[in-house]
Amino acid sequence: MSLAVQKSVAPGAMELVCPAGTPAALRAAVEAGADAVYLGFRDETNARNFPGLNFSRAELAEGVAFAHDRAVRVLVAINTYPRAGEPGPWRAAVDDAARLGADAVILADMGLADYARAAHPDLRRHLSVQASAANAEAIGFYAREFGVKRVVLPRVLTVPEIAALNAEIDVETEVFVFGGLCVMAEGRCALSSYVTGLSPNKDGVCSPASHVRYEDQGDELVSRLGAITVNRIGADEPAGYPTLCKGRFDACGRAQYLFEEPTSLNALRLLPELQAAGVTALKIEGRQRGRAYVTRVVSALRQAVDALARGEPMPEAELAAITEGGRQTAGAYEKAWR
Amino acid sequence: MAPVGDNTVALTLGPVLYNWAPERWRDFYFRIADEADVDTVCVGEVVCTKRQPLFVPYVAEVVERLAAAGKEVVLSSLALVMDRRDRQGVHALCAQDDYLVEANDISAVGLLSGRRHVIGPFVNVYNEGTLAALAARGAVRVSLTGELPAAALQALAAANLAELEVQVFGRLPLAVSARCYHARAHGRTKDSCLYVCAEDPDGMMLADLDGHAFLAVNGTQTQSHTCCNLLSELGALQAMGIGCFRLSPQSADMVAVAALVRAVAAGTVEPGAASGKLAELLDGVPFSNGFFHGAEGWAQLTAPPSAS
Repeated sequence: MSLAVQKSVAPGAMELVCPAGTPAALRAAVEAGADAVYLGFRDETNARNFPGLNFSRAELAEGVAFAHDRAVRVLVAINTYPRAGEPGPWRAAVDDAARLGADAVILADMGLADYARAAHPDLRRHLSVQASAANAEAIGFYAREFGVKRVVLPRVLTVPEIAALNAEIDVETEVFVFGGLCVMAEGRCALSSYVTGLSPNKDGVCSPASHVRYEDQGDELVSRLGAITVNRIGADEPAGYPTLCKGRFDACGRAQYLFEEPTSLNALRLLPELQAAGVTALKIEGRQRGRAYVTRVVSALRQAVDALARGEPMPEAELAAITEGGRQTAGAYEKAWR
Repeated sequence: MAPVGDNTVALTLGPVLYNWAPERWRDFYFRIADEADVDTVCVGEVVCTKRQPLFVPYVAEVVERLAAAGKEVVLSSLALVMDRRDRQGVHALCAQDDYLVEANDISAVGLLSGRRHVIGPFVNVYNEGTLAALAARGAVRVSLTGELPAAALQALAAANLAELEVQVFGRLPLAVSARCYHARAHGRTKDSCLYVCAEDPDGMMLADLDGHAFLAVNGTQTQSHTCCNLLSELGALQAMGIGCFRLSPQSADMVAVAALVRAVAAGTVEPGAASGKLAELLDGVPFSNGFFHGAEGWAQLTAPPSAS
């Protein structure tokens, strides 16, 4: 890939892969220092199939031009599982990503990877986190059989496990460092469809807003997803979105956040270890986020990865500014999380 | 492999997914070998590597007894493979050639490529493209993920690429995680779990804050609280050309469960009557068939009248 403009990025810095839920967020991410943006088409072919998000074909063409002019790559997420009997929309997404100049497609489904390899051998293929490839054997299989060049690691591995993995595989690894957090192995969770009928794998949605109800009961706010009460929130507690795995349920006779607290991922503190572990790219979750958030988070991460690459201390103040408010966790990167 | 359109029905007993005491685990399989009308029996730890050493001393005699009873023995691989110990287990399983292996992670798919194997329900197979890719690498039977609706099952069956299996009984696998929720519920971590999952032979009940039980926790796995019951849908599955039905072991009498499923498949007992008997075996656990009908997985819907 030849890029016309050289960005002012520190040599050896980990690549910063940033969310672009909309054309405005794409421009914000590019201007804030993204090395790559990832996005999806406005349909069920991507795992953020939310109302008001994503790109038309024309918007992708414009986004690619804008990003490429600034030496930023565009990765198209086609990371739901094609419906049996109806491969059309998913194959069209791959075809159009290739035609419109995307730098890579991010795929979860083996069949679609097989299609992309055969139909567009020169189109770079990344393996989505939704494929849940968490070990050298699985990653090697996708690399060998479907020519995958990079794998987005599921949020199940510790940093030492990631380091060991990188020593054994020939493909690049990309890891989530900031934003929403799946606590189940990605792409292997049917909790949402069990409760709502709609799932990340089939429909590109998890705990969809269409099924969310809030009920003010005076001293508490009740949040429901479909027929399930996900939480009862007291007046002094922050009210999070009722994603099933962040719900408060009754286990062993007491109410507890059994799967995970209403928290998000923050692995900024671990950036030096991730760099030492041989990670190629850092991913920021948040295609549902607005441009102000994208600008703030991408700018801080830009400074951090550049400082790291230069062997300088991380910019604590900038990182602290994006981590204020809300509960955060380093998730599976630290073994005690398990 | 049964050709599509054949009315042959094969019953597969999935692996025990819970942490049963080793002797109970052994005796369960002994009784299956001696008494259960099933064709295939899966053996092996799918959920947590920490449990494996507990029953390993009994695996050889269990497998021998099953094989001697004429059952096809399938060894099931771990669903979430992360560390060295997990990986060594998968390598060892895939290195043996005595029994068919059921791949529950792509690691095993890779190691088994080029020879005959089966695909378990923890590998995502949603469409014909993936089915073709797996069949081309040696998969002869694919146990499908529980969330597929009838239209998808129909399209997959029509592709006629491998024998297809659908779970028709038992709690549904919904998620796997690196984190152990059984340990967490008891204020422990996975490393300090003290095998607390052994306290719940059918998983630990999880209810919402209105007291509605809806999930079952099995260590790092999350299952449905409801028990999948597709007795009323067996005819529709058979009409699609799907004749391999999976029963996932619960503490209920699995010999009796297998007999009921066999009778409904053979047309000698009505699904409604069989479901009544099934309910008696289950001690109040509700049924569900929602995924098959494209609805919420927990739902129990009345099947439309059979077209046949």
